[in-house]
Order: sequence, then C-alpha cells, then structure tokens
Amino acid sequence: MADTRSLERRTPAERPLSPHLQIYKPTLTMMMSIVHRITGGALYFGTLLVAWWLIAATSPTAYARFQWFAGSWIGRLILFGYTWALIHHLLGGVRHLIWDTGRGFGPSEREWLVAANLIGSIAITVLLWIFVLLTMGVS
Amino acid sequence: MSGPAHMRTPLARVRGFGTAKSGTEHFWRQRLTAVANIPLTIAAVIILIMLMGRNQAATAQILGSPAVAIILMLFIISTVAHMKIGMQVIIEDYVHEDSSKLTLVMANTFFCWAVGAVAVYALLKLSFGL
Repeated sequence: MADTRSLERRTPAERPLSPHLQIYKPTLTMMMSIVHRITGGALYFGTLLVAWWLIAATSPTAYARFQWFAGSWIGRLILFGYTWALIHHLLGGVRHLIWDTGRGFGPSEREWLVAANLIGSIAITVLLWIFVLLTMGVS
Repeated sequence: MSGPAHMRTPLARVRGFGTAKSGTEHFWRQRLTAVANIPLTIAAVIILIMLMGRNQAATAQILGSPAVAIILMLFIISTVAHMKIGMQVIIEDYVHEDSSKLTLVMANTFFCWAVGAVAVYALLKLSFGL
C-alpha cells in the first residue's frame, strides 16, 4: 500500500495526454467529420417531423395543423435545414462508405470528396427547394 | 485493452467479441442501414415532394397505397435503427459517467422505438382503415 502511494507521488502530473481537437490546425476533412456528426444528431430529432407528418395525415384537423406549421416561416426554415442536413448526411455517408473500402484517402482525393460533399449538398438542397416552390406556385 | 493474453480463454479470442460482448455488430448494422437508407431516403423525398400541397384526403390515400406505405415503413425502420446506433455512439463518446451513460443509452433506445412505432402505426392505419 505504502509502496503504491509513494509510486503515485513520484508519477509526474504532466503525463502525455491524447491530443484533442484544439491542438490541430482545422482542416476541411476534420470539419466535415464534425458536420457529419452534427447533421446526424439534427436528423435524429428531425425524424420527429416525419413521424408527425405521417400521424397527422390520419386526420384532417391534425393535417391542417401540420400544413400550417410547414407553411409558416419558422416551419419552412426548419424544413430547409432538415433537407440540407438529410442530403449532407446522405452524401457524407456515401463518402464514408467509399472510405470503408479503403479507397479515396489520397491527399487530393479526400479533399475532393469532402468538397463534393459540401458543394453537392448545398446545390441539391437549393435546387430541390426552388423546384418545390416553383411547382407549388410560390406562396 | 483486454488484460494479459493468458487471461483470455481461447473461445473468447476466437469469438473476438471484446469487452462490449457484441463484437462488430453495431459497426456492421450501421453500414447495412446506411446502404439501405440511400435508396429509401431518395424514395421518401420523392414521395414527400409528390404529396406537397395536396389536401389530407389525397395525402392519406396515397400514403396508404401499398408501394408507398411499404417503402416508407422500410425507410422508417432503417432510419430508426441507424439513428439509434449513431446516437449511442455519440453518447458513449461524450458521457463517461456510468449511470448517466446508461440512462441516456436507454432513453435513446426508447426514443427511437417510440418514433418508429408512431410512424409505422400511422402508415398501417392509413393502409388498413381510418
């Protein structure tokens, strides 16, 4: 007992710790890894919207309430964010599946993949919303 | 990681399940549902866009039609399974205290099953009778 205690006291406090986020220079691949997790977490709660939409469809009054929410500016903002998170996480998932096969890790390939992920998700989201708003006759 | 080599039985080594006793099951199921989610999400988005601006009666009728209801049920089940694993990984990464970790992992499981049950119930109701 006494032995271990003296051993503990002799152990220097500054043991090497595993380096964490703040020690690295931020890179695009790293930020996109974080964004993948954040969008996943957002979609987790966004699934509530899908469940609400489906259960609301079973009754006219409930559906009217859902449509009112979906048409309000806050509802549209949330749905726009949900669309982007969904598409971003989907494309990010494809990127991770490619990486799972051991491909796409080269210096230019990985940068290209994350850039395509980001630009692709924004472009698809905007195009989808333009399409939907145009076909719905913009209200 | 798993103690001195001689502490492990040959069976434990062969199984390769490690301390979590589940091996790579979570890893594999996360990939499986991820692959399933790609076509299912695209289909769900197309269905959603098709239904935008329609009234409840028309929406209910389309949602309750066999192909749409089945695709959306698969989408819900795969999504809920995927997000249960994903959130559990997040919890295990950031919550280190045992009791709160267990509570959150449990709450996560309940939440995912509840959301899945509500959505599947709605689809069954739309399919088989209002």
